[in-house]
Amino acid sequence: MSAVGKSVERADGQLKLSGQAEFTGDLRLPGMLYGAVLHSPVAHARIRRIDTTPAEKADGVVAVLTGDDLSDLDPYYGHALRDRPVVAIGKVRFLGEPVAVVAAESQAAADAAVTLIDVAYDELPIAASLETALAPDAPLVHEKRARPGSAHGLGDLPDADGNTCYSYSFRRGDTGRAFEDAAVVVEGEYTFPAVYQYSMETHTTIAHWHGGELTLWSSCQHPFLVRQEIATLFGLPLDQVRIIVPFLGGGFGSKSYTKMEPLTAAIARKAGRPVRILNAVHESMITTRRHNMTARMRTAAAADGTLLGRECQSWLDTGAYADNGPRVTATAGDAAPGPYRWQAVRVEANCVYTNTGPAGSYRAFGATHLQWIGESQLDEVARRLSLDRLEIRRENLLRPGEEVRPGGKPLDADLIGDVQKAAVAVGWSGGSGGEDSPTGAGGSRGVVPPGRYRYGRGVSVGLLAAGAHPVSMATVRMGPDGSVTVLVGTTELGQGARTVMAQIAAGVLLAPVGQVVVHGTNTRYTPYDRSTGASRSTTVAGLAVQRAAQNVLDALLETAAARLEAPPQLLTQADGAIRDQGGRSMTHAELVRARFGFDGGELIGHGRVQPEGGSGSYAEGPVFWEVCVAGAEVEVDLDTGVVTVLRTSTVADVGKAINPQLVTRQDEGATLQGIGNALFEEMHFAPDGMLLNDTLLSYRIPAFTDVPATMRCSIVENGDGPGPFGAKGCGEGALAAVPAAIVNALADAGVPMNALPLTPERVWRRIQELKIS
Amino acid sequence: MTERISATINGRPFTGDVPAEELLLDFLRDRLGLTGAKQSCEVQVCGVCTVLVDGDPVSACCYLAADVDGREVETIEGLAGTDFHRRAADAFMRHAAVQCGFCTAGMLLTAKALAARGADGDQDEIAAAMSGNLCRCTGYVSILDSLTELLGGQE
Repeated sequence: MSAVGKSVERADGQLKLSGQAEFTGDLRLPGMLYGAVLHSPVAHARIRRIDTTPAEKADGVVAVLTGDDLSDLDPYYGHALRDRPVVAIGKVRFLGEPVAVVAAESQAAADAAVTLIDVAYDELPIAASLETALAPDAPLVHEKRARPGSAHGLGDLPDADGNTCYSYSFRRGDTGRAFEDAAVVVEGEYTFPAVYQYSMETHTTIAHWHGGELTLWSSCQHPFLVRQEIATLFGLPLDQVRIIVPFLGGGFGSKSYTKMEPLTAAIARKAGRPVRILNAVHESMITTRRHNMTARMRTAAAADGTLLGRECQSWLDTGAYADNGPRVTATAGDAAPGPYRWQAVRVEANCVYTNTGPAGSYRAFGATHLQWIGESQLDEVARRLSLDRLEIRRENLLRPGEEVRPGGKPLDADLIGDVQKAAVAVGWSGGSGGEDSPTGAGGSRGVVPPGRYRYGRGVSVGLLAAGAHPVSMATVRMGPDGSVTVLVGTTELGQGARTVMAQIAAGVLLAPVGQVVVHGTNTRYTPYDRSTGASRSTTVAGLAVQRAAQNVLDALLETAAARLEAPPQLLTQADGAIRDQGGRSMTHAELVRARFGFDGGELIGHGRVQPEGGSGSYAEGPVFWEVCVAGAEVEVDLDTGVVTVLRTSTVADVGKAINPQLVTRQDEGATLQGIGNALFEEMHFAPDGMLLNDTLLSYRIPAFTDVPATMRCSIVENGDGPGPFGAKGCGEGALAAVPAAIVNALADAGVPMNALPLTPERVWRRIQELKIS
Repeated sequence: MTERISATINGRPFTGDVPAEELLLDFLRDRLGLTGAKQSCEVQVCGVCTVLVDGDPVSACCYLAADVDGREVETIEGLAGTDFHRRAADAFMRHAAVQCGFCTAGMLLTAKALAARGADGDQDEIAAAMSGNLCRCTGYVSILDSLTELLGGQE
């Protein structure tokens, strides 16, 4: 029986349930020191002087690192733009930027010593918001243009201007004419907040130099890209940098690309002993966050609801360093049109430096930024033309095979079927008729003033360019006992990658899934995998695993054909064995031992995924389009502005679900993050660049009590993915789709919004403004 | 300054000196090597550091080690292997209620205290009682289903 398509139990479940799963922060190296970081108290300043002497003399302190210690290096990193120094050099660009690091015998000693470092700053004018950074006389966060990094994947980067470090734009057709011909034009300005990804485990790294080699244990999603950046920074060959990845306590993009690794490696180099840096939450919140954004959009449609044109300009705040900002910006640009047939489109997306903490990847980036805006304009078009909101989507949505963007992958999903499912699941009537009147599935509130609560439903549809650069390798090894080891660079960050990779290998080999083990990454031995993100693991790395397992199966069949004296095409696979037509069979263990003539040896299969028929670039991609479809039903209290999400539905259009239960968990998790993002999550930066809500006391994430009464996930399996067994990735789309569906549901209830999150105050003010009663 | 404490930790006696300011979480993780309790928010909100002191869930990140003097402490390492843990683990495995696993130990310990209080399978009660344990992966549905089954099934 194949393990593929079954909800087998998580391979790491018992380890985690018993508290034995090791995370980076649980490791202790002999002689390990503890790092503490001195953060800049100002958002923009020249560093006049740093006096580290008192700290160096403090009890237990072994080393103190400042920018002066990096003079033998080219100390700038950044996979998109090499704009970030390992530690501040001469200048700080955000409040919280690392200025020095202390390594000491205990965390307490390090924390105490860091307060003894004396820094004199000459403060500079601050641009801590998009508005100030884009003003004509804005202070420049970076005086000169940084070199491109090695992994931005965006072709030739255009010249930048002022604080705009990257722009992405395209136009198709004649938007001027489309808007002239329109019967209805909807336009608006929108604001979208910064949020923190909030993986429960903060960024944690241990660095250990030994014999000129560097080993890093790190909570990182992209170990191979980190290895590359670290090797470049410290002038080492790739193999002399080793990244070992224990279990991750969540990622969601916050641990993508390089984060605390350069700083930890630099202080360990100076200390001459292993050093650990374990971020506090307030430190992780200034290590990375989601881009806040302002945007202008307008949409034109004909009287019959045919969509004509869309224009969108957006400005994404990437903070003081680009991190993944350029890619986020390009993805946001691509999400602006939505998956519709347009006569003309014009999009411009800008990535802007400000004096705030750097922004990078967060689950479904780009799509989360634009889908709620585009979809709310589509609903408004339908309302003004008195059209059904599902019908306008059915008429205008792209169909499978249609072009999404010129030169890229055509649509590979049935969006009309998907949105229909999402709508029905929140109580929309089926077929092409109108909507049921929302009644509030949340039930009775007892005696309330008439009209105090209003109800609404919404759906949203979008696409997310997924898969990143399609390069992944895998090795599958089968020992003489028939056990199977899979070496693949995917990071287990909670999504269940180790379980799914085991299922894929077991599915090819027809081996019991319990006999297949998937280990964490050690870049010295694990084959290359670009990254764990962009919903690519099952699809791209999984395909490499499938091919590697097929390699092993071919060897088993070869040995079986010789031993059973039967042509390979007449052999069939049984559970953990190969048999001939006469019913004779040999187990995998017997076959391996037979091949090597003793109880030893192993079969090793290699699998490789690489760009086919192109360079694998972002422009030619994506590997697949991840579907972002959801429905929601909400209640709004007109007296208080409180919005309650009553029902949600999501559609995981995954081609083939390798493990349906894990697919559902991905959608549920993304749904609740979407509810938090939509209703209350927001990072507040003061004009001086200080993050005001940097603890869980003032930055709230969803709890058990925020779960809606009904959260439904439908899995769609059309076998249309490029991954193993027709699979394609999932887990991000719902985070783009759910907030958009909530915004549309609230507008359906009578309260259209153009800013997130939908806090009671913001919604109440809008209710007053619109004089709703 | 140190304080001498005598406590029972996972059923075994512990007697020794602890710095007066040492947090229970650091004591358990760094001194005893009991790393199942995790560090995250440090402000007693997220629950990943939850351990039981005399059967009540506490946030070890905001609890002094010296204050466990004369008390019983139970961590996930002590809970593992008990009948409650086996039944809870069965339910969590069946519902795939473990993802990254960083919050899992705290969830199970809070659930044990909830069971000891005689909670039944009422989902609203469970949600309210568990709201001091945060999880960013699951969306909670699978954990609620596991606990409903676990607590509802016991007499």
